[in-house]
Amino acid sequence: MTAEKKIVTVPDFRYSPHIDHVGVEERASRFTKRSIKAESKLNGLKLTLNMIDLTTLEGKDTDGKVKQLCYKARHLHDAYPGLPTVAAICVYPSMVSVAKKALGNSGINVASVATAFPSGQASRDVKIRDVKYAVNNGADEIDMVISRGRFLQGDYNFVFDEIAVVKEACGAARLKVILETGELVTYDNVRKASDIAMYAGADFIKTSTGKITPAATMPVTLVMLEAIRDFYYKTGKMIAMKPAGGISKSKLALHYLVMLQETLGEAWMNNHWFRFGASSLANDVLMQLEKERTGVYQSANYFSVD
Amino acid sequence: MSRIEILKTYKIYIGGQFPRTESGRYYVAKNKKGQALANVCLSSRKDVRDAVVSARNAVGGWSGRAAFNRSQILYRIAEMLEGRRAQFIDELIKQDSSAKDAETEVNLSIDRLIYYAGWCDKYQQVFSAVNPVASSHFNFSVPEPTGVVSIVAAQNTALLGLVSVIAPAIAGGNTCVVLASEDKPLCSVTFAEVINSSDVPGGVINILTGKPSELVKYFANHMDINAVVYCENDTATKKLIQEKASLNVKRVLFYDTINWKNDEGQSPYFITDTQEIKTTWHPIETVGSAKAGY
Repeated sequence: MTAEKKIVTVPDFRYSPHIDHVGVEERASRFTKRSIKAESKLNGLKLTLNMIDLTTLEGKDTDGKVKQLCYKARHLHDAYPGLPTVAAICVYPSMVSVAKKALGNSGINVASVATAFPSGQASRDVKIRDVKYAVNNGADEIDMVISRGRFLQGDYNFVFDEIAVVKEACGAARLKVILETGELVTYDNVRKASDIAMYAGADFIKTSTGKITPAATMPVTLVMLEAIRDFYYKTGKMIAMKPAGGISKSKLALHYLVMLQETLGEAWMNNHWFRFGASSLANDVLMQLEKERTGVYQSANYFSVD
Repeated sequence: MSRIEILKTYKIYIGGQFPRTESGRYYVAKNKKGQALANVCLSSRKDVRDAVVSARNAVGGWSGRAAFNRSQILYRIAEMLEGRRAQFIDELIKQDSSAKDAETEVNLSIDRLIYYAGWCDKYQQVFSAVNPVASSHFNFSVPEPTGVVSIVAAQNTALLGLVSVIAPAIAGGNTCVVLASEDKPLCSVTFAEVINSSDVPGGVINILTGKPSELVKYFANHMDINAVVYCENDTATKKLIQEKASLNVKRVLFYDTINWKNDEGQSPYFITDTQEIKTTWHPIETVGSAKAGY
């Protein structure tokens, strides 16, 4: 909190830029048509692995499941030498201590969803205690959800204040703010919610909980990346991005990296500034890497489930 | 006024769709007189990859269907083929068959589908066994589909060679990726249209056209394929298939000497070729040694 003391005036969010629906979708589809050569592809795939928040957010999660996932995070595919690890494990608050212990000194972060994830329909007091519980158990990153109902009512101050107090409760943990774009209906709203989150103190803005469809899409992510760029031009502060949900194929992940590179540039091309929230993406990337290494198309049978 | 004939675009068949090849390449299929018959997709390894993904996704649903339902669907393919007899005969004649041979080939193809439709819910009983074991277990073995079967079809029979290898594979609950005859590809694409209108779920049968010399390698080395069928007699290719198939211990089946027009071209053993035998040990109390209660 002490790092940046630059005075930023909070704008009136009613005047956030409008989004050209057709233009943004057209632009996003262009990123899928780049030709990527084998060597760049290999680097892109490894970078993708390194950007993954390996996620399990199920009601049926157990200590055993989380430990298994942590093992997977540390040993993605031991047959392939020199692979990076994933960036973080993303779990419910009740699983943070288990994950923290299982990951040890591997350097992999523990991210925890909080604030009554995924609906966010709880009192502010409950949300803050949820966050503090996760932080006290050792969470390095907190993924909060915004109150979409309040946002859609036009109660932007409520949303802003909530993010600000949650940020305060996070302490040293980095805060990811989930907009749940699938419930925000329009790109204009996505842009508005991104602006609110960034001005309120978000370290990351994140598309979705993964619990509803549509989750992350390329146009929505592009709108958010452009919001980050505008915010950076205005304040000089970098904000990280995390698309989550629905990204399960490495080809799509590479499209996202192209979009990131062409929208925000080199400085964002690492796991401090960009993450993929995904569970099945890792295996697909591993299969592609093995395919590049061996020259043989792979089968899911030969990769650990989780 | 004279009318310009509308010619069919011969496309490949993947996952229940008719895409053009990912590579954008094509070749011209010609008959013996050198007449151009059609521009046909020259599939690439990425088409093979896509087809295998579709085939893999379809395994669960297809093998999970009731055997009787698979039988109904094979019968349905035969019905649809019957309705298109004239078109297939016409295509075979274009591809150098005599009128008589063409008709025989179409008839045989329809009958072969009926033959395997009949076997769908019967081969399990014939090839299952209850095994005598020396402990108090009920021990039985049943055939189960191996999964995805890649098939390089016979070159010389455009339709019959195709049907004779596809039918036993899918009758047994497998899904397949087929490379049609390079020289005589027309019937394979039309057959895909028949399949498409026969209640066969997308992905169960995928048909590619192209050069075996380019694609056989990927049919044999893809880790997600469980069995590979090769219908030609080329020693170097056979060796290649055997070597590549060893990567994930695929079943390798060479149907190189079979005359599909004879009775040797149909047999329940073609079904069991792509089956795995699962043996189950179920603990029981031996009735004979039980002193009381029975």
